[in-house]
Amino acid sequence: MKTNKIGAGNLFLITALFMLLFGLCFGVLAAITYIYPEFLKSTLGFISLRPLHVSSALFWIILGATGCVYNGLQAITQQTINKNIAWAQWLLWVFSIIGICTSYFAHQFGGREYWEFNPIWALPIALAWLLFLVNFYIHSEKIRKWPVYVWMWLTGLVFFFFTFSENYLWLIPYFRQHFITDTTIQWKVNGSLVGSWNQMIYGTAFFLMDKIANSKKVGKNKIAFAMYFLGLFNLMFNWGHHLYTLPTEKYIRYIGYAVSMTEWIFFIKIIYTWKEALNTIQKHEHYFPYKFIMASDIWVFINMGQAILMSIPAINLYTHGTHITVAHAMGTTIGINSMILLAACFEFLKPCRHQKIKSKKILVSAFWALQISLLIFWVSLNIAGVKKGIWQLSTPQASYSQMMSTLQPYFIVFTLAGIGLFFSFVILITSLLKPFIKNVTIKPSYE
Amino acid sequence: MKIKARHTFLFLSILFLAYSISIYMQPLSNTGNTSFNKETAAQGRLVWQKYNCQSCHQLYSLGGYLGPDLTNVISQPKKGEALVRTMVKTGIKQMPAFTISEMEMSQLVEFLKSVDASGNADLRKFRKDNLGMIEAHENK
Repeated sequence: MKTNKIGAGNLFLITALFMLLFGLCFGVLAAITYIYPEFLKSTLGFISLRPLHVSSALFWIILGATGCVYNGLQAITQQTINKNIAWAQWLLWVFSIIGICTSYFAHQFGGREYWEFNPIWALPIALAWLLFLVNFYIHSEKIRKWPVYVWMWLTGLVFFFFTFSENYLWLIPYFRQHFITDTTIQWKVNGSLVGSWNQMIYGTAFFLMDKIANSKKVGKNKIAFAMYFLGLFNLMFNWGHHLYTLPTEKYIRYIGYAVSMTEWIFFIKIIYTWKEALNTIQKHEHYFPYKFIMASDIWVFINMGQAILMSIPAINLYTHGTHITVAHAMGTTIGINSMILLAACFEFLKPCRHQKIKSKKILVSAFWALQISLLIFWVSLNIAGVKKGIWQLSTPQASYSQMMSTLQPYFIVFTLAGIGLFFSFVILITSLLKPFIKNVTIKPSYE
Repeated sequence: MKIKARHTFLFLSILFLAYSISIYMQPLSNTGNTSFNKETAAQGRLVWQKYNCQSCHQLYSLGGYLGPDLTNVISQPKKGEALVRTMVKTGIKQMPAFTISEMEMSQLVEFLKSVDASGNADLRKFRKDNLGMIEAHENK
């Protein structure tokens, strides 16, 4: 393994792929505990498996987005980023990841839902992010007229740092002593943090669209800019839809409701505008990036519909706190974010250059197995969610344990679909990492 | 385009900052509830996090999906403090038996009392208002 052959952006992408692999393993193990409650109870248990799964998945998303931003910046400017800063940033991330995962194995928790870990590990992450900001600033200065995706990357970077810091206000007793305000801030952070990495990943999707279409239509498009500002507006103000049942200030909930209704519209529009512009040769040259971007397009459509419905308070009453929320979270993380990141991995790591046609056929099969498994996974969670939603509004109400027993068949399907997802991803990840393991140079073309 | 984008970005960021500050200042206008000890409840929230209770349990339907919502467990019939204490010590199904000190247990209970006093999370008690927003019909 010669890391100096791969470039800083690809180093982050490869690390992210390893984290995806770990996240999948922990996810399958956590799903098994739904069926067999005693599974690993005396060692790890669900209490450790869940944060191991969530954190690994988030490391995949965040490190993947970092790799995409670095590769994208380098492709735009045709210059390499500051490698020393990128290396220091990477080392801080690796240090944090090892620390966080070790603490889960040792049953040491202490953070906040969803991305919870002992607050001490937030320091190296925050420092790594500051280095990222410095590197971005140094490099983006070289770009004269910023395309929309550079704006989106900047937004993701700045708002991630702000909300990540805000996530630790609970350490101050003033906030922690007021449960409602504290919980409001907690979900403000969760909403905006997701919005931040979404900005970086959707920015990457736009960058890839321009690259595949060999044009600058998306990056300079006025509709793309309008869509970007709509996304930014949602990042800032739509998180109130998590809090309809929390007795927080009314204006927070109304703002969340109103802003949520504006979501996603322009994103779909821009993708369809771009899709029409592609020709067959370009699709052939970027076969897998194109396929994954198209898959994310479908999943955006499905999850957009679900998100809008869930943001309507009268419907939210049925979906809130149920597995429909899990289906939405998984649907967007796997269906949208992971598809875009895989598209970026296939574009930047270019594994197909080094593989035979037979391998490409296996990759196509893995691609379809991934989509089908995700659909089954998503549907089973939604059915379980509907059943729980009906239960939580019924009178008289069966016990929680009885209700959970009725969901068991859907949990079995969800676990089997999760295993399908695991194997599909493993085939794709193996293909992406193969050139790296074989010491093949996969430096981007500009280096 | 760059200048316009920069202005819009700054304008929205200022709005966001003002919105955030308005939320940070909320505790100043709250009179507070005297049915629990604030400091102990705040310590209890740390116990809740230390043992990763949120991994399985919800408060106001926010949290994990394995165990029941615990927002009003303290005041619910046939539940209450005694049940909380027993469950924490014995565990059930996926929930392990926790080795927890008496001080931590008292802090955790005080935290759950503060959550219980904050409102009602029974979704059956919610009604739609004229603007389509849902509100708890019967507050505690």
